[in-house]
Amino acid sequence: MATTETMTINMGPQHPSTHGVLQLVLELDGEVVRKAVPHIGFLHRGTEKLSEYRTYHQVIPLTDRLDYLAPMSNNLGYVLAAEKLFGISDAIPERAKTIRVIMAELTRLKSHLVWLATHALDIGAMTVFLYCFREREAVMDIYEKVSGARMTSNYMRIGGLAADLPAGVEQDIRKFIDAMPDNIDTYEGLLTGNKIWQKRTIGVGVINAEDAIDIGLTGPALRGSGVDWDLRRDDPYCGYEDYDFKIPVGEKGDTFDRYKVRLIEMREACKIVKQALDRLKPGPVIADLPKVCLPPKKDVVNTIEALIHQFKLISEGAKPEAGEVYVGIEAPKGELGYYLVSDGSAHPFRMKIRPPSFVNLQALPQMVEGRMIADVVATIGTLDIVLGEIDR
Amino acid sequence: MTEQAAAGKLKSKFSDSILDVVEYRGETTVIAKKEDVVAICTFLKKDLGFNFLTDLCGVDCLGASPRFQVVYHMQNLTTKERLRLKVLVEESDPKVATVSTIWGTANWHERECWDLVGITFDGHPDLRRILMADDWVGHPLRKDYPLQGPDREPYQGRLS
Repeated sequence: MATTETMTINMGPQHPSTHGVLQLVLELDGEVVRKAVPHIGFLHRGTEKLSEYRTYHQVIPLTDRLDYLAPMSNNLGYVLAAEKLFGISDAIPERAKTIRVIMAELTRLKSHLVWLATHALDIGAMTVFLYCFREREAVMDIYEKVSGARMTSNYMRIGGLAADLPAGVEQDIRKFIDAMPDNIDTYEGLLTGNKIWQKRTIGVGVINAEDAIDIGLTGPALRGSGVDWDLRRDDPYCGYEDYDFKIPVGEKGDTFDRYKVRLIEMREACKIVKQALDRLKPGPVIADLPKVCLPPKKDVVNTIEALIHQFKLISEGAKPEAGEVYVGIEAPKGELGYYLVSDGSAHPFRMKIRPPSFVNLQALPQMVEGRMIADVVATIGTLDIVLGEIDR
Repeated sequence: MTEQAAAGKLKSKFSDSILDVVEYRGETTVIAKKEDVVAICTFLKKDLGFNFLTDLCGVDCLGASPRFQVVYHMQNLTTKERLRLKVLVEESDPKVATVSTIWGTANWHERECWDLVGITFDGHPDLRRILMADDWVGHPLRKDYPLQGPDREPYQGRLS
């Protein structure tokens, strides 16, 4: 009488398909996964602890390093929370809000491009990877022109933006956005009707709507399961309520549905950027509140008042009154939330980040248990996790 | 129904455990005793429709009494209301009942809260460290935990 034993193996933290430093301990019965236990924390840098020792302005560069594939979304979530804490949310100039929307949607494209590239590569479609990275490079160039950095942008400021868009970048964005729908057609042409792609994604990593809400999925992962929920529409910020865009929703909650949801989201993001560019009017990009917001650089070098304010803000920091706020935004990967507690000093008393990937990863075991080991790779890809924000 | 209405209902149902309801910047915070947290959360989910637990975290208010707070952020996906529930935890007995039976997502959040702030969740199915290493000693997000880590010279440079 033959007996079988299960085998326990490590997948990661140095496995190429675990997207960083995720370790999965898998209990396998042949090729079937009986149990999957994620181990995280390899990239823990203590962002929340560090923020308690910095001023509110100094926290912004820390946020770049959370979801490093979507730095401006992290910036945006933080500055919105800080602005709410300071009570200056209504003072943000229109131009700053519009540029924030443009950059947030470009970030969504950039993040989704990496998701599609790596997800397809994991499943064996190499060409898509190269095409997606080509387009991502264009977004990186825009990032570089706008913020000076390709990844760690540090572009948003409490009260507005670090700088206005440089000359010529609007044309670059338009050019990129105009070309993007055709590029998405190319990806779809390579994948959607592809029998191998369909076999690897349809019916894989299924999670129904009820379970998805219970486990806390957000973003495309939640919408793929048929839950019509998007914070840009349901809890709008930065004036998203004035933009016309559709929110795609899946049906079955499998990997293929999430793939389609994200592709439509990319098309919608292009539409939003276009609308935002059309309504972009000249004006200031940071609120004129010198006790809280850093004054524009040209004032700092020309007027004594701005210099003093800059000096005070850098050396002492701005002090909000004691209180607490929570702001959640629809980052590319789901709800990115910042919970800020102030005790009246110049440093956050407590900053809690609610990273979408952290919560989404929690759903992995229930999505892969009972399925083949090859589906684990597809499921990690479809959850679109980034270890930088999981481990913080 | 608004957030205040939900808080009002909660107050009339659990008049003994709800200590305070605070409004700040348009956000409603309900402060409660920790003993009834499971009953309160069950009521919030089943009767008031807060089906989505957005976040859960611990806050260390060193010097205050009680020292710790566990903060629950929840949302009603139908009416789009958000609500913050806060329970107070004594330093002498840093324990709260788990809500992972009510919202599955609380599982990892509670592990993180235990790992970083050191609050135990009674009844939790798998209360292990999550971000720090398994053999780590101490809870880094406590206010009396040094920034540079234990047993190390304080950082001499400028932090802010």
